Amino acid sequence: MNISRRHMLILLPAAAVAWKYVEAGEPEASPNYQMSEHWWGMLINIPKCIGCGNCVRACQTENDVPDGNFRTWVERYHVTDTEMTTPEVISPDGGKEGFPVAQEDAGKYFFVPKMCNHCADSPCTQVCPVGATFVSPDGVVLIDQTYCLGCGYCVQACPYGCRYLHPTKHVADKCTLCYHRITKGLTTACCEACPTGARQLADLKNPNDPIHEFLKTHPVEVLKPQMATGAKAYYYGLDGSVR
Amino acid sequence: MNGVVGFMYPNEYALQWSILIVLYPFITGLVAGAFILASLERVFRVEAVKPTYRLALLTALAFLLDAPLPLQLHLGHPERSPEMYFTPHATSAMAMFGYVYLWYLMAVLVFEIWLDYRREIVILSQQSKGLLRVIYKIMTLGSSNISERALHIDDKVGWIVTLIGIPSAFMLHGYVGFIFGSIKANPWWSSPLMPVVFIFSAMVSGVAAVMLIYMATTKLRKLAIDMRCVDTIAMYMFYIFIIDFSLEMLDLIHRIYEADESFRSLDFMVHTKLFFSQIVLQIILGTLVPLTLLFITQVWKNNLTATVRKRIYVICGSLIMISVFAMRWNVVIGGQLFSKSFLGYTTYKMELVTREGLLAAVGLCVLPLLFLWVLVKLLPPWPEKGLHQAAAGD
Repeated sequence: MNISRRHMLILLPAAAVAWKYVEAGEPEASPNYQMSEHWWGMLINIPKCIGCGNCVRACQTENDVPDGNFRTWVERYHVTDTEMTTPEVISPDGGKEGFPVAQEDAGKYFFVPKMCNHCADSPCTQVCPVGATFVSPDGVVLIDQTYCLGCGYCVQACPYGCRYLHPTKHVADKCTLCYHRITKGLTTACCEACPTGARQLADLKNPNDPIHEFLKTHPVEVLKPQMATGAKAYYYGLDGSVR
Repeated sequence: MNGVVGFMYPNEYALQWSILIVLYPFITGLVAGAFILASLERVFRVEAVKPTYRLALLTALAFLLDAPLPLQLHLGHPERSPEMYFTPHATSAMAMFGYVYLWYLMAVLVFEIWLDYRREIVILSQQSKGLLRVIYKIMTLGSSNISERALHIDDKVGWIVTLIGIPSAFMLHGYVGFIFGSIKANPWWSSPLMPVVFIFSAMVSGVAAVMLIYMATTKLRKLAIDMRCVDTIAMYMFYIFIIDFSLEMLDLIHRIYEADESFRSLDFMVHTKLFFSQIVLQIILGTLVPLTLLFITQVWKNNLTATVRKRIYVICGSLIMISVFAMRWNVVIGGQLFSKSFLGYTTYKMELVTREGLLAAVGLCVLPLLFLWVLVKLLPPWPEKGLHQAAAGD
């Protein structure tokens, strides 16, 4: 095939544009890690959470999360028999330093760890105007921060409040499920730091992962199921009052 | 946390979209509305509004040039915005902005203005001197044929462009409404009515803006205001406003009657944080008052003198602009004041002298008027008199 100079002039910029498109939305490669062999999620066992804040601190240290923003946080719910739909919820500094002693003994108290739900049909990915936010082949919602415009549309689209604009990088930021760790065979920082095992990283494609047995034998729910986001943060013991 | 009532998710304390994002739908709305007014004369042959035809086109262009600036200022990385053209994300409503904007700017507005002004541009490129001559020469795009036949073709093509422009104007602003209406995470925004409400409020604000600019410029030029023209504009404004208000009330009544899980939260907001901007500014002062006044002018037109009618139109036009701005404010800012947990509320603290502050917003509101001033100087929208003035380098 003869390609004239004119054709080259047309083809080269087109190829450059196409290459950028290929490059956008690709997670960093890790040796000995096959993305197609995994489908990551998280199991959160609410009765086990003691609200110590270890997970929040570990996440902030591991991922250099700016003060005032949170990739993960813990909420404490106080639900009484008369106020089931309007629970009293607190999360002082994301629950990083634990919680004040409960003052009332009426009603139930419980802690709810929150993080990105790594939705399979994530609304944040849908709205990103340049595809800087994407779902990796192993089911983790990631952000290419070298590509993000910092428009904030994904922050608006997340029903769970998991995203924020990084105050110094001026791009969207959120939980990466410690992608730099899990692709090396480690667990996430929050799971590692949890003293009670309230958080467990789950590989839904691994038949030997205990998640399968747990999901088969326990009542499990996701947050805001009406949003139909395909959330993969599975909660055991989730009270109906949790938002 | 200061300004927070109840419980917010910890990442929700600060608002992500500021007053600049309020300006963006307000300005694009003015573009769409001004263009629809221009099309009334061109496509629907409403001869009475002819005095505003060219002014409406130039107004639309002036505001369209300003429209992307608030977005650019808002972006964390404005230098990456061309990526929206190079690698648009097909599922993103926002990704279409660049294309819709370019289509509307180049294929519709600029093309139509060029076709409409081509004869004048060619004459001015021959009559004017110095830099103006060069500018007009460039604006001819090398086409100096202004024969009867050529102008006839211009007219035909211009008509087709306007015809295409009407759905394009709807698309430009309907899509802005879709950006908000398609966010299922936010019940304040998520509504299929949102694009339709945006389109009708855009039309009424754009028509009001052109009417006010026409009245102001005519007064400045010490000429008599064409009452047949402004009466007709007011009539259209009245009917469009009725549709707009009905749609907004339909949305409101639907929310109140349905009273879903978000209702208590939204109801609280309307009674507290948004009471002034929504109930007082948008609904009472900005909608009910002008609708009543316009109703009076429609029913008792013959009993009111031209001076009284003019005053009423100026009051109504100004109140409509305030109302539509308040509506944009209530959508954009209001939609971020409550937690997605529906358990708490935050406060918008507007900055003053920052990139997204009040001063920048005021600047972006004044800028399209400067653009319009330049455009009017370059392409006088008033007939032959203006042509000679411009040719003389006025």
